[in-house]
Amino acid sequence: MIHEQVLKCLRKKFPGSIVETEEMPADFIPIYQKNWAEIAAFLRDDPDLRFDSLQCITGVDLGEEGMDVRYNFHSMTHLHKIEIRISVDSENPKIPSIEQIWRVGDWFEREVYDMYGIIFDGHRDLRRILLPDDWEGWPLRKDYETQETFHGIVVPKVKEEWE
Amino acid sequence: MVVDNLMQWFESWTLWEAGSPLLFLIVVVIAGVPIFLLMAVNALVAVYAELKISAFMQDRVGPMGQGPGLHAGKWGLLQTVADALKLLLKEDIIPTLADRKLFIIAPFIIFVTPFIALAALPFNQDLLIADLNIGVFYILAVGSIGVIGIIMAGWSSNNKWSLYGAMRSAAQIISYEIPVALSIVSVIMLTGTLSMQGIISYQNGTTLGILPNWILFNNPFSFIAFFIFFISGVAEVNRTPFDIPEAESELVAGFHTEYSGMRWAFFFLSEYANMLIISGVAAVAFLGGWHSPIPGFMESSGWSLFWFISKVGVLIFIMMWFRWTFPRLRVDQLMNICWKVLLPLALLNIFGVGIWTLLIG
Amino acid sequence: MGIVHGDEMVLNIGPQHPSTHGVLRLKVLTDGEIVSKITPYIGYLHRCFEKHCENLTYEQVIPFTDRCDYISSMNNNFGYVVTVEELMDIHVSKKVEYIRVIMAELNRIASHLLALGTFGMDVGAFTPFLYMFRDRESILDLFEMTCGARLLYNYMWIGGLSHDLPVGFVEKTYEFLDYFEPKIKENDDLLMYNKIFIERTADVGVLPPEVAVSYGVTGPNLRGSGVQWDLRKDEQYSIYDRFDFEIPVGTGQMGTVGDCWDRYWVRTQEMKESIGIVRQALKQLPTEGDVQELVPKKIRPPKGSIYKRTESPRGDLGFYIISDGKPIPVRVKLRSPAFTALSALSAIAEGWMISDVIAILGSLDIVLGEIDR
Repeated sequence: MIHEQVLKCLRKKFPGSIVETEEMPADFIPIYQKNWAEIAAFLRDDPDLRFDSLQCITGVDLGEEGMDVRYNFHSMTHLHKIEIRISVDSENPKIPSIEQIWRVGDWFEREVYDMYGIIFDGHRDLRRILLPDDWEGWPLRKDYETQETFHGIVVPKVKEEWE
Repeated sequence: MVVDNLMQWFESWTLWEAGSPLLFLIVVVIAGVPIFLLMAVNALVAVYAELKISAFMQDRVGPMGQGPGLHAGKWGLLQTVADALKLLLKEDIIPTLADRKLFIIAPFIIFVTPFIALAALPFNQDLLIADLNIGVFYILAVGSIGVIGIIMAGWSSNNKWSLYGAMRSAAQIISYEIPVALSIVSVIMLTGTLSMQGIISYQNGTTLGILPNWILFNNPFSFIAFFIFFISGVAEVNRTPFDIPEAESELVAGFHTEYSGMRWAFFFLSEYANMLIISGVAAVAFLGGWHSPIPGFMESSGWSLFWFISKVGVLIFIMMWFRWTFPRLRVDQLMNICWKVLLPLALLNIFGVGIWTLLIG
Repeated sequence: MGIVHGDEMVLNIGPQHPSTHGVLRLKVLTDGEIVSKITPYIGYLHRCFEKHCENLTYEQVIPFTDRCDYISSMNNNFGYVVTVEELMDIHVSKKVEYIRVIMAELNRIASHLLALGTFGMDVGAFTPFLYMFRDRESILDLFEMTCGARLLYNYMWIGGLSHDLPVGFVEKTYEFLDYFEPKIKENDDLLMYNKIFIERTADVGVLPPEVAVSYGVTGPNLRGSGVQWDLRKDEQYSIYDRFDFEIPVGTGQMGTVGDCWDRYWVRTQEMKESIGIVRQALKQLPTEGDVQELVPKKIRPPKGSIYKRTESPRGDLGFYIISDGKPIPVRVKLRSPAFTALSALSAIAEGWMISDVIAILGSLDIVLGEIDR
């Protein structure tokens, strides 16, 4: 099916890019982030694959297993879909940006950056999108602690005495 | 007329000599009081009418009350009174960075325009503050002063939105004065006089047997002139579909965003007074003024007042009807309509009226 | 923003503004009336939905999904519940499916009424707004009859529904549909075919189909650009395959394909199609059965992850849920259709006038609750 087809194409064109395990997972393709930008362009432009729609970019913090960025692609021409997962280093999270290939990636990547602190190399305007620009910390990480004060206002941590 | 009558009355029982300028000044000041009262009553009635008419058109009831008490009065009749009281008692806020002098002067200039124009509007054979022999010309000329007030208000508010509204409004009012004036020229060509009472007396009698001899029915070109005048008049008053200067959904409130309380009430009063003036001039120039629509019937001075007020009332109702039916035009489309549609049409109209009168009338 | 050149003016639309559909700030760089650059600033309504989900059980998340796109809560519930059921491999009874479809389509009509009414108001037509809200009240009355709430329902549960249809619901719905169908034509004549409205919206804010797909624009916005794509037909979920309905697609009837008028027109046609679907569903509705019989006592999805999308009135609403076997999800991500539509605003609206920017924003039908979550 499309899963095997994409695996085959990627192994042929970008050898060493797929994270090879004994049992390859059946519903997603794990990729190293090394040349992710070229792989992404290939996924969009190859006439048999033609993944012209990026549906969703999800960032995940799996605790000890590190952080993931998961991409869901869909093809409007061939009507098939694929999920790609890329592991990101927890200490220094960086990943190539694909916002120039699918323009929707612009805001999606900004949101992942905002919530997880993952830097997207090559993004032309990487700044926070949902939180104020001077917020400290990456909220959706598992080890996130809210800051004490924001512009002098105390950020409440416990819910008692709110009335 | 009122001014003349008052002058004569004063001279008859005091020792002022005839034609004294000081007496004239006093009489003019006294004559200003009914105009102010008229503007206030007009705002009262027009605002209530707008609230109720808009409500019924939108399938709701508008302000209602259950009877005497501290609320809006039966059927909401005291709503405008309550509004006026509220506006009088509101805090006067002037933004810190606003240009104080211009900010304070602007509402007065805008208020003055309809105030002095109302002096020349004839309600009756006798109820006319000043029977100028350049009546219509005077009203149209005086209408331009309002633009200065609008620009002042927009600029002095120190607010980009107000500036936008003011610029748009200035462009709009200045442009639309031309079709207004040109359509009145067609009327003047027929009547031969600029005086308001003169135009009305031209429309005496009947035409085509049963129709009243209104300029509207005089010839097909003056029929078109009425529509040109009315549409341009709606644009002059900044009402929807031409209300881009106040476009509530875009500019919050346009050039009067920063005004509150009594200052804002001045803008409000002048908008409704402007509507009254445009409708009044339309009624005088095209609909026979205070003449009865059934010639020879119900023509006493009390009935004439009634006919004039009802004609004006119908036209104001139509303006309100427009507001709640049409979306608003964008600025460049508005300008397009003025310069590329109404202006050529008005010019052609003048030719048409002239040729018709020459060959047939 | 960079260096501001001499003649340009920086204008701030919002966060408080009569027509930004919520708290949205648009920083607009204008040269006179023509806009040269738009930068949207969002996040004023961010309520940390995704962070909350990491502390709530699966069924406790449902009221939170209501509040994301508060105009079409039923569809939000639907999307979430369908995703979790697929993860847990639950097949609900046919009665539940039919009721879900009826509620989702009624909410689609209500949401489109609001979208069209506010769009009309942005363009200056005040009356259609009130007519559409009057009709929307009837739908909200139907919902109140069923689950007690007018706007935020918490109606669709994992495996079933919170309440069964009350006595008299079917008759009242038929009454409403018979009353409402001629009203669509009335509203069309009042607003959609009005010359001034056409001037304001035809040829304005054209969204070409390739740009739309690249920007992830979906739903009526994409269909307005001529792309025939509807998740109810193309990636079927629930029982939409049992109904016979068309997918309206913009054809550039009054101007160019993909202008604001086309998007308005697509929404109007979709309301008609939804009426058809509700009628068919009411006719086929099974009357026997308990709506809560398949609701599991403990909701513990197996380890795994799923991404599923459903058609909300604004586009495709996607849920990415990661579970590790516990009753609390590891990650719930809501892919919001209005988020991507707003990201395309700068591509569509640059080069037009300020009045057009307001009109384009109205035609994109955004809800800030969904964008900010």
